[in-house]
Amino acid sequence: MDGDHACCEGALAAGCRFVAGYPITPSTAVVERFARRIPRVGGVFIQMEDELASSIAIQGAVWAGKKAMTVTSGPGYSLMMEHIGLAVMTECPCVFVNVQRGGPSTGLPTLPGQADMMQARWGSHGDYEIIALCPDSPQECFDFMIDAFNLSEQYRVPVMFMMDECIGHMIEKVTIPEADKIDVTPRNYTKLPPDQYLPFKPAENMVPEMVKAGDGYRIHVTGLTHDYRGYPVMSADCQEELVHRLVNKINRNEEKIRHIIATDIEDADVVVIAYGITARVAVDAIALARKQGVKVGLLRLVVVWPFPEAVIRDLANKGKALVMAEMNYGQIYYEVERCAQGKVPVLLAGHGGGDVHKTEAIAEKIVEANKCLS
Amino acid sequence: MSRTEIKIGGFGGQGVILTGFIIGKAASIFDMKNATMTQAFGPEARGSACSSQVIVSEDKIRYPYVKRPNVMVMMSQEAFNKFSPQIDPHGIMLIEEELVDPAGLPDTVTVYSIPATRIAEELGKKIVLNMVMTGFFTAVSRIISREAARKAVADSVPPGSENLNLNAFEKGYEWGLKQLEG
Repeated sequence: MDGDHACCEGALAAGCRFVAGYPITPSTAVVERFARRIPRVGGVFIQMEDELASSIAIQGAVWAGKKAMTVTSGPGYSLMMEHIGLAVMTECPCVFVNVQRGGPSTGLPTLPGQADMMQARWGSHGDYEIIALCPDSPQECFDFMIDAFNLSEQYRVPVMFMMDECIGHMIEKVTIPEADKIDVTPRNYTKLPPDQYLPFKPAENMVPEMVKAGDGYRIHVTGLTHDYRGYPVMSADCQEELVHRLVNKINRNEEKIRHIIATDIEDADVVVIAYGITARVAVDAIALARKQGVKVGLLRLVVVWPFPEAVIRDLANKGKALVMAEMNYGQIYYEVERCAQGKVPVLLAGHGGGDVHKTEAIAEKIVEANKCLS
Repeated sequence: MSRTEIKIGGFGGQGVILTGFIIGKAASIFDMKNATMTQAFGPEARGSACSSQVIVSEDKIRYPYVKRPNVMVMMSQEAFNKFSPQIDPHGIMLIEEELVDPAGLPDTVTVYSIPATRIAEELGKKIVLNMVMTGFFTAVSRIISREAARKAVADSVPPGSENLNLNAFEKGYEWGLKQLEG
């Protein structure tokens, strides 16, 4: 099956039972499959009037007790930004899938891009952190959608599932394990009675416990800065406590959330950093550069946000030249450069999208980075 | 070389996409190799010449697109004209012989031809021409096994049409064997 279909199946396996979406290429096949599949498992798919409605409908479903997601591509993602901020502020666990195409604006509907990575991080206003994952095959669309839902429940945060057109439309074999072999994180509902429960009082891991509609709890959920009760408090003190926690519950758990795949980096002089489809292409580029005598390895970021700063610092401290390969003009490259702190050369193998990298283009940057070292 | 690149071309309605899908399914699910299929979406994929691309490999497939097809299956002249310059100079070209004139290919390319549409019509349904081509491809290219291909055909066509499609597959397969002998 293709990546879009695998994404849908992964969501269903993770327990997603409500999907609202407004179909857009190249993500349309995801909602098409949900429309067929989700009623059979007792769930609901609604084709909404637009992306604003989709991105808020899922949050209603979450507070009603369901696991929920929406799916879109660049133009629709832009429209969802306001409600991503609301999900962050209200700590609403849900998943936003973006099958990235070339942008800006309507750009290249049928061709791949990876240029929404910064938008995924900070596209909504205010200061916050989210989690973003990048699969590189239909199989990973299935596997990592389950991770996306699990992380959203663990940290009560909207999780960004950043696919791209190539992965979404690519057809490969997908192995779906038996249901009892899939780890699904249930929602962390409180055991406290209504008179003791405070909906935004953080538990030990900085994440508050949840309730759902119909269980007898009367709660207030707002996008305004709020206290433990969820009531608006217009003060710098309350803002500091709340926003600091929203940022820290992700950043301080970065090591736990971290998902990187390092290949042959121990003895490498050059390390290529890549995510999504570009990480696949980079493997061939690395083979090409190795033939030219360069000792080069790959650091693949599955979780791109929160960014594994310590890992990059460690590579820089070990004197390894870094090549960032991505389908944009340096969205993650600047993160890498920041973490390298000028200690090693950091090169960008980037382009504006519309096609995956040419293998040779990444290989050339690897060779160039190696020359910078000597 | 472990990686084999395949490109199937024709006009809309000939079953170009399903042919690629069946080849990929046979390779990856029934022959236990790896396969990646991509296809052109968007306006460039509409109209007269469409294609599907399949990579089959013993190893994990990284680069996802077909660059220089080792095997091409062309079912219309327009598709042939558009795509045939991409072929590997030592590749093989399979054509629907009544619809494609394989002019202008390098001498090093081996051409195999079959009147797939006529064979399909003799079976009573022109629509199974792509299954005739799939059988022909299986026999000539030997990238996928006959058993895997048969399973993939039966698994991919509408229920109730398995026999018709498998018959078409076998006709193409036999034609392919004869061409190899001849």
